[in-house]
Amino acid sequence: MLEVTGLHKRYGDLVAVEEVSFTARPGEMVGLLGPNGAGKTTTVSMIAGLLAPDRGEVRIDGGVVRGETDPVKLRLGLVPQDVALHDALSARENLALFGALYGMRGAPLERAMESAFDVAGLADRAKDRVATFSGGMKRRLNLAAALLHGPQILLLDEPTVGVDPQSRNQIFSSLEGLKRQGKTLVYTTHYMEEAERLCDSIIIIDRGKVIANDTLEAVRRLVPSVNVLEIGVENPGRDGWLDGLRAVEGVAAAEWDGSTLRVTVRDLLESSPRVLVWLRERDYACSHLTSQRADLETVFLTLTGRSVRNA
Amino acid sequence: MSYTAFQALVWRDLRLFFQDKRAVTMSFVAPIVIASFFGYIFGGVADDRPASKIAVAVVDRDNSEVSRKVIAALAADAALDVKSRALEEARGLVRGGKTTVAAVIPPGFAERAGKSFFRGGDKPEIQLLYDPSHSTEMQVVRGVLMQHVMEVVSRETLGGPGSQRLLDDALRDLDQSQGMKPADQAALRRMLEGVGEWNQRQNANPRAQANSGFSMPYTVSLEAVTARQGVKYNSMAHSFAGMCVQFILFMGIDAGMVVLYQRRSGLWKRLQAAPLSRYTIIGSRAASAGVIAMVIMLTVFGFARVVFGVKIEGSFAGFLGVCVAFAIMTATFGLLIAVLGKTPEATRGIAILVTLILVMLGGSWVPAFIFPQWLQKASFAVPTRWAVDGLDAMVWRGSGFDAALGPIAALLAFAAVFGAIAVWRFRWESEG
Repeated sequence: MLEVTGLHKRYGDLVAVEEVSFTARPGEMVGLLGPNGAGKTTTVSMIAGLLAPDRGEVRIDGGVVRGETDPVKLRLGLVPQDVALHDALSARENLALFGALYGMRGAPLERAMESAFDVAGLADRAKDRVATFSGGMKRRLNLAAALLHGPQILLLDEPTVGVDPQSRNQIFSSLEGLKRQGKTLVYTTHYMEEAERLCDSIIIIDRGKVIANDTLEAVRRLVPSVNVLEIGVENPGRDGWLDGLRAVEGVAAAEWDGSTLRVTVRDLLESSPRVLVWLRERDYACSHLTSQRADLETVFLTLTGRSVRNA
Repeated sequence: MSYTAFQALVWRDLRLFFQDKRAVTMSFVAPIVIASFFGYIFGGVADDRPASKIAVAVVDRDNSEVSRKVIAALAADAALDVKSRALEEARGLVRGGKTTVAAVIPPGFAERAGKSFFRGGDKPEIQLLYDPSHSTEMQVVRGVLMQHVMEVVSRETLGGPGSQRLLDDALRDLDQSQGMKPADQAALRRMLEGVGEWNQRQNANPRAQANSGFSMPYTVSLEAVTARQGVKYNSMAHSFAGMCVQFILFMGIDAGMVVLYQRRSGLWKRLQAAPLSRYTIIGSRAASAGVIAMVIMLTVFGFARVVFGVKIEGSFAGFLGVCVAFAIMTATFGLLIAVLGKTPEATRGIAILVTLILVMLGGSWVPAFIFPQWLQKASFAVPTRWAVDGLDAMVWRGSGFDAALGPIAALLAFAAVFGAIAVWRFRWESEG
């Protein structure tokens, strides 16, 4: 089990992480959500021992990591945000190296590599140089390298950045398999849909602070009556038109992505007509209208007033 | 666990280095090519071929018997390649770098030189026009010219056809001179009269006349003091030592740069996340750099041995000792770069500049003995000087193991200082 208590990190005047606390249990995947620069990677770095927190504590199965060579680190596996592989070496040589960092050699290392290649779906490319791999294959190998020493807790820092849909699904399947094996997973991402698919509990971080920390359903219930209207608008307004829309009674947020207007309303039946009337009175041409239940993106938008991608 | 990781990290560094064509070219091919070039232009493999001559233009504005004999003597000198030229042509050749020195013999040279021989006074002036980038050669030409002028002029004065007239003029001037003590005047008269008598005897005997005049009162025998008698100096030995030192330091820079690049990537995070101490991480980097340095040194000197016949004339154990000490020093130099550098881009330029200064002061490009005296002493403050001196001592000077102890101790001391700073300033935390 991973217990994080009151982690705090400051760089000069900038507070990167402020009082972050959470617990991740075996078989549970915790999603650490937030826009770029929110403090997710700093939090993961402190958990993995890469950064010393100014305050706070990380306990791994009850033990605190003390020193660079503490065996407690054997219980942790880190999948860095960057692809951390040697392009000039083969996939097999990379895994052999990363296994050796944890003291593995001989038959146990061979078995661990076979298993890791199976997880990554790269058994047939083991002897090929990593430089010849696609971005998705590198990401899968990046994940496999963290599994070699059989860690109980896996820290995944944006493991699907720049990955093709096929590799993304393969990584998701692998992670779901690891969860079924009882591993504890901490998954940072700014893709809300990934967190919704994979995570059991969600921690939303913005500007270093935790603004939500609960199960997926409980986080959704933070904005229980929120719904989203998606409206195709053919003639969007000039600068400031969204501010006018946001001032409409019952509207929590309004975002324009270039083709679709996303309006978050607190009450579907009461607020939707007001939005439509506001658009008609200003001669906006609407091509379609759909509504959906609040997702994590909407939750973030409601809690912070900003979209994750624009934050 | 630590040993397994250490071994794996060293192996990784070696694999990556030897797979990198640019690194291999820079570390093995470049020192061999450049050392071969420097060795060739500084003398190459010693053999019996004559040394290259200094190009000298001579402008004879006197056109006398004496000036022609001086020019003939210069032309016969093994150190010079003499050509007669007109004045402006000679000046143009020197300005254009085609000729190193031009000697201009003035009108009336023979007459005035003969008179000045006994009485001083109005001495003729031989003008030397020289290329300022070849001042050393100018000094050589000046010395050779002095020797031949003295020989020719003294011969003409003491035995030539006009010698009696010059003596008579000198005796007449002596009689008219004032302020000289009578005893001194008498002594000088006796000497001049004696010379006159000597001339008459010489002129009466043409065979003896050829030997009259001054000549060098000594002969010179040359012996290059090398490892042993009979072992010829091979300038390839020094140039290979110098270039080895230079390019191994460049490899050390690359070893440091790799750490800086790793810091930027997730690879550094993987190392930090593993249960490894900083000593394992930086120690493995130092060990691999040291091994690579040794391989470079042995390969480059092996090439010099096979192709240019450069032998380890001194203690082989001493040679290995200097190589190992320099490899360790290089490894810690790389670590120093890794811990003191901020970004790879900014660090590379500074590291190369520092390395070039170290190499220059160490005598890798040109031997340190041509430095000014103060710089020769100051250069012992850089490790490269000890490395080059140590390799020179073991390779071509033929010194024993005891001569290697100083360089080995100095290089290890530098390594200890660099290593201590590296550990002290090591930043554990990653940048991301």
